[in-house]
Amino acid sequence: MSRPASPFALALRGALRQPMLVAGLVLLGAVVLIALVGPLLHDTALAGIGTNRPRRPPGGDNPLGTDAQGRDILAALILATPQTLKIGLFAGIIGLGVGVLLGLVAGFFRGVADAVIRTAADVMMTIPGIAVLVLVATNVRTMSVALMAIIVAGLAWMYPTRTIRAQTLSMRERPYVDIARINGIGGIRLVLTEILPNLLPYIAASFVTAVSSAMLATIGLEALGLGPQNDLTLGMMIYWAQYYGAILRNIWWWWLPPVVMLAIIFIGLLMTSAGMDRIVNARLRVES
Amino acid sequence: MPLAFLARRLGMTLLVIVLAIGINFLIPRAMPGDPIEQQLNQLAASSGGNVGDVQAMVASYRARFGLDQPLWRQFLSYLGDLAHFDLGFSLANYPERVSQSIAAGLPWTLGLLGVSTLISFTIGTLLGGLLAWPGSGRLVRLVGVPLLMLSAVPYFVLGIVLLFLLALAWPLLPVGGGYPFSANLRWDWESARMIAVHAILPSLSIILASLGTWAIAMRGMIVSVLGEDYIMLAEAKGLSPARIFFGYGLRNAMLPQLTHLALTLSHIVSGAILVEVIFAYPGIGYRLYQAIQAKDYFVIQGIVLLLSISIAVTMLVMDLIYPLIDPRIGARRT
Repeated sequence: MSRPASPFALALRGALRQPMLVAGLVLLGAVVLIALVGPLLHDTALAGIGTNRPRRPPGGDNPLGTDAQGRDILAALILATPQTLKIGLFAGIIGLGVGVLLGLVAGFFRGVADAVIRTAADVMMTIPGIAVLVLVATNVRTMSVALMAIIVAGLAWMYPTRTIRAQTLSMRERPYVDIARINGIGGIRLVLTEILPNLLPYIAASFVTAVSSAMLATIGLEALGLGPQNDLTLGMMIYWAQYYGAILRNIWWWWLPPVVMLAIIFIGLLMTSAGMDRIVNARLRVES
Repeated sequence: MPLAFLARRLGMTLLVIVLAIGINFLIPRAMPGDPIEQQLNQLAASSGGNVGDVQAMVASYRARFGLDQPLWRQFLSYLGDLAHFDLGFSLANYPERVSQSIAAGLPWTLGLLGVSTLISFTIGTLLGGLLAWPGSGRLVRLVGVPLLMLSAVPYFVLGIVLLFLLALAWPLLPVGGGYPFSANLRWDWESARMIAVHAILPSLSIILASLGTWAIAMRGMIVSVLGEDYIMLAEAKGLSPARIFFGYGLRNAMLPQLTHLALTLSHIVSGAILVEVIFAYPGIGYRLYQAIQAKDYFVIQGIVLLLSISIAVTMLVMDLIYPLIDPRIGARRT
């Protein structure tokens, strides 16, 4: 009789069997690779304002041309990509962290805490995020990447809270939780040892969704002109391109690179989350 | 409809509205810096310091706008103004009132989003159903799967690409606006045609970008319906595949889709702000963008408040109508 495989190996084998998940991770990996290896291949100092002759078409020293302020677009793209990813990851982690905590408390301990948390999440979900974001962002004096992440994170916790709460509710009734309870394990230890580990797949899946929606909110704010004016992000590249009329003036190399990069990131995130969904929800495992 | 459900739901809506008004009132006042002082300082700097005593002017403006009153009195007068739909004046286009600006933009946004959402819902739901249905051909999969991918791309990013392809590279459609700049709108066919032509590109970006969401949800629903006995019975009776698909498959999988549609329609005002920006479409979103560019604080606040309250109210209405469509819901929710 062979030794049973470790849960980690099992999870890995299951993940590799999902082509969607693998493809999504490959896409995201490629984007991260560009951000990591890019500075070694292309001089990112060229992204400074006025370091190049402005409005040059692609070619020669500037493979993707230069923008109205004399930035090299390729260098700007290499610097902007990790910034956008950073905002998404940061806001996703904060939002998910708060969401898991509140979801666990609400789902496991029920009672007043549950009522308060559930109402708060419902109310906050009803108020459109973009409205609050616009209001805060217009009233902040100078926007930075870190501040942006915090503002977006402030609206990224509701969805994870609801997902985790619902899963916790169903998990606390499972037989193995009862057995643990009969064995005298209670309270926080029960949550940490019996419930949290079983929530991990859901947490992973919500994490991808949280990052994706945080990035979407960020880019929306940036496209409205409320982003960090002094930092380079993909959304700000699009904003400046739009601001200087690049689309109507047919200067495609101003807007196409950040648009393609964003499309790759979002499609990568969608595939990753669809792949994870299939692992998490066995019901969706059908041929497609 | 159970009374407890009704009370809870009304209380919830009230809470949302109060919170939205509170946020709208407090955030601008809680932030460091004084917009009046900032504007006047800017004015002083740009005119070489010849505007006189800035501090005295700040004080007189503050008294004028009631900003020297205690916070609770400011809030009460704010509520009083809101009750008359008085949202103040636009700072950028002075004689215009904020409420006029919003009223002028609202029909454009409602029309664009309403039509686009319904088209996208219909096509997406059908596509999702066909994708999960065993009898549908390879073609559906060939066309459908790339469309699902598009749903990951934000609306306005897709809008930029469509604008480039269909209005510039191949100048088929107008680049932006809701109607030709020089035209006068009347109630005639020519105006309607112009409005429709200008709406095609923004609408197409919304449809293409949201189609996938409907399709993915519907696919999941159809998959769970497929195993039901009534499908097998319908097949055994020898009904035509089309009849089984529409009458037995789609119909039974439709309910969650309709809920989703109701939810989406409640976000109709805030749904595609950025698409309007890209296409300079004269709706609420484009007005918000212009107000942000011009630092027109009262217009920004007015639009933000409209977004919050419209969602709260439509969601309440949907929730109250819903038990009429599906009697099981009302009972379960309490």
